[in-house]
Amino acid sequence: MSQAHATRSPSRNGHEPGDAPPRQDPPASPSLLGRAWRELAGVVGRRIPRADLDERDPDYIREQLPLFWLFSSLWFRGEVRGLGNVPDDGPVLLVGNHSGGNMLPDTMVFTVAFSTYFGVERPFYQLAHNLVLSLPGLSWLRKFGTVAASPENARKALSSGAALLVYPGGDYEVHRPSWESGRVDFGGRKGFLRLALEQDVPIVPVVAIGGQETALFLTRGERLARLLYLDRVLRLKVLPISISLPWIVNIGDFGHIPLPAKITIETLPAIDLRAEFGPDPDLDDAYDHVLAVMQDALDALAAERRFPVIG
Amino acid sequence: MRVGADTVLAAPIEDVWAIVTDPERVLGYMSGITRWEVLSDRPTGLGARYRMLFRVGAAEVGGLVEVVEFDEPCDFAWTSVTGLDHRGRWRLRTAPGGRTRVELRLAYVVAGAGLSGWVAERIAAPMVAAHVRRSLAQLGRLVEHEQLRAAARRRAARA
Repeated sequence: MSQAHATRSPSRNGHEPGDAPPRQDPPASPSLLGRAWRELAGVVGRRIPRADLDERDPDYIREQLPLFWLFSSLWFRGEVRGLGNVPDDGPVLLVGNHSGGNMLPDTMVFTVAFSTYFGVERPFYQLAHNLVLSLPGLSWLRKFGTVAASPENARKALSSGAALLVYPGGDYEVHRPSWESGRVDFGGRKGFLRLALEQDVPIVPVVAIGGQETALFLTRGERLARLLYLDRVLRLKVLPISISLPWIVNIGDFGHIPLPAKITIETLPAIDLRAEFGPDPDLDDAYDHVLAVMQDALDALAAERRFPVIG
Repeated sequence: MRVGADTVLAAPIEDVWAIVTDPERVLGYMSGITRWEVLSDRPTGLGARYRMLFRVGAAEVGGLVEVVEFDEPCDFAWTSVTGLDHRGRWRLRTAPGGRTRVELRLAYVVAGAGLSGWVAERIAAPMVAAHVRRSLAQLGRLVEHEQLRAAARRRAARA
């Protein structure tokens, strides 16, 4: 990280200067709101933990697995198929479609299944939004291997030989309306492909269904987010509105009680981009291919479901 | 937590022993087991190592296991090296009429997890017990069908 960047941005998650779009601060008016936002951005920035892969603690994960196994088995009736498609060792980029709002039910179900299948000894990291990692009370996520989403952290994890779970759709996809539950929507984000090519690792698609039924997600609230400068201050493109427990109307989704929707996850055969698209693959072709493969699998999972929530 | 079940099969003890100690055949009758892969040079016998997985609830648990008792043709036991702490045992004894009493035991501990571990152990018990019972039933069908086929071959050879 260059010195200039370090002084310009309070980000501590390893962003290279070139990664982020040029920062546009909220209006430089001396208004109270503007000052409050800048202050908030500073606080969040300072709270983002520096990615230290060593913070992942296998013994801690092992001790927590029974609790998460209980939630996963009894509340979400989780079912994870095809973990045998993940190469037994070596770095791998797990690419998932993201559902369920900020409570991330499918991430929990998948993490439990992955950790028991391959053992807690296998290094496994997950990329998460800055805001998730800076929230007080969620520091335990770091012991599970969650690091702030940035290309730098992703490179670090993969070059250490770990499995890395990314959700290219991020906050954009996770807050899609419930009626778009059966759609994979990365919003055109192709960073994961560049990452896989650069690190020369296979992509294993992880397709999940059920998360979007844990609440009634109404809208992403993109215009609202822009209006409040959330995209510039907190890297938040959305301010979602949903109907969920216990709030009934939930604006922003700072936590809710997920409905016990059945969550089914299918892990698909690994995609080796260079083997399928030649030594210098076209990103658009690769993107369309990965998305099509995942959409097919999601369609099949959707066809299996008879009722919302019940599964 | 220990779960187990037993049954009596109409087959000689050696025939049952040959099946339960053959890693190639485990997936054919063991319910809930999704992987039983040989990792050691020797496929079976004392010290043989397997990578095994067992579906319980929303997860496949297991890990590396090692055979710690190989007392032909009576006792075959393994214990976990990595993954979920557990032991398993096939206990075979001769029964009257050329039959064999077969017992399968699985004992597991959810380590160091406090209340959630205690609860998880008990919630998992009926799931594991169901797999154990189904495994014995499937083993029974497999063993007894092989006995019938062998008898049919003998009759055909005589005729």
